[in-house]
Amino acid sequence: MAETAISHGHDVGHGAHSSTGMSNNKLGMWMFLGSECLLFGGLISTYMLYKGRVNEGPQPDQIFDIPFTSVSSFILLMSSLTMVLAVSAAQRKDERNMNLWLVITALLGATFVGGQVYEFTAFYREGLGFTTSLFGSSFYTLTGFHGVHVSVGIIMLMALVGMNRNKRIPGDRAEVVELVGLYWHFVDVVWIIIFTLVYLIPS
Amino acid sequence: MSTATEHTEHTDGHEAEHHGLSDMQYIKIALILAALTAIEVSTYYVDFGPFFMPTLFILMIIKFVIVASYFMHLKFDNKMFSYLFYSGLLLAIAVYCGFLATFKFFIQKG
Repeated sequence: MAETAISHGHDVGHGAHSSTGMSNNKLGMWMFLGSECLLFGGLISTYMLYKGRVNEGPQPDQIFDIPFTSVSSFILLMSSLTMVLAVSAAQRKDERNMNLWLVITALLGATFVGGQVYEFTAFYREGLGFTTSLFGSSFYTLTGFHGVHVSVGIIMLMALVGMNRNKRIPGDRAEVVELVGLYWHFVDVVWIIIFTLVYLIPS
Repeated sequence: MSTATEHTEHTDGHEAEHHGLSDMQYIKIALILAALTAIEVSTYYVDFGPFFMPTLFILMIIKFVIVASYFMHLKFDNKMFSYLFYSGLLLAIAVYCGFLATFKFFIQKG
């Protein structure tokens, strides 16, 4: 009886809920984000260990452009605001503003990734290749992995906009937007740590 | 039995739709985050002396908690989500602090 009530009741519009009353989708996303902490923890600690290991090529404080990276960080931080506004609009069923904020979030994310590509190119020209030193390898691996996560987030955002226009988002639309938002905010909080530990604290 | 389950589901769904803050409150939080970032960046230009590292770490933690609590809705959502996320985070910190300690990372090189 209870199962019938769940499958035919309010639950249909809100994704799959477990008997605990929590959304299975959200539970899965939070477990995924918890495991991502271990991935980035490994990359960050490897960088911390190797940032002083420079036999050849430039040192971290010789190549980092703090004003440029600060602007990039600010852009990513503001993309978290636009993302939460998209989630808020989705919960109000305000489709027009939801799409608008999702597109703006994707654009801000693309600007951040563009800045990272520019930064990598500039560093390479200054003599820091992937295999130049342990510092270079760990730096490109850490920030590259983060850049890939942002890029995946942009693809998810644009896919969400496209699916919403074609009315093809399955289940509860607000929850789907919130799940993508959780991933996006996670990428932002990881950058908050990277910006401090990698860029602002000198070797 | 089924009525009780349905009621619980409905209540949870209702809360899920209305948790969080207003758009203006989100904008205010973003302004606070921007101000904290500005203070972080200022440490690059201004000499904070012995307060340099503690300032950066405290600001980093405050920004992290603000984004996780308000933008990711952990403050308003089911506590189980907080436990899942922060347990992963604390496990990562513990494992990698141990890892770094084995490489004598925390020992001052004289």
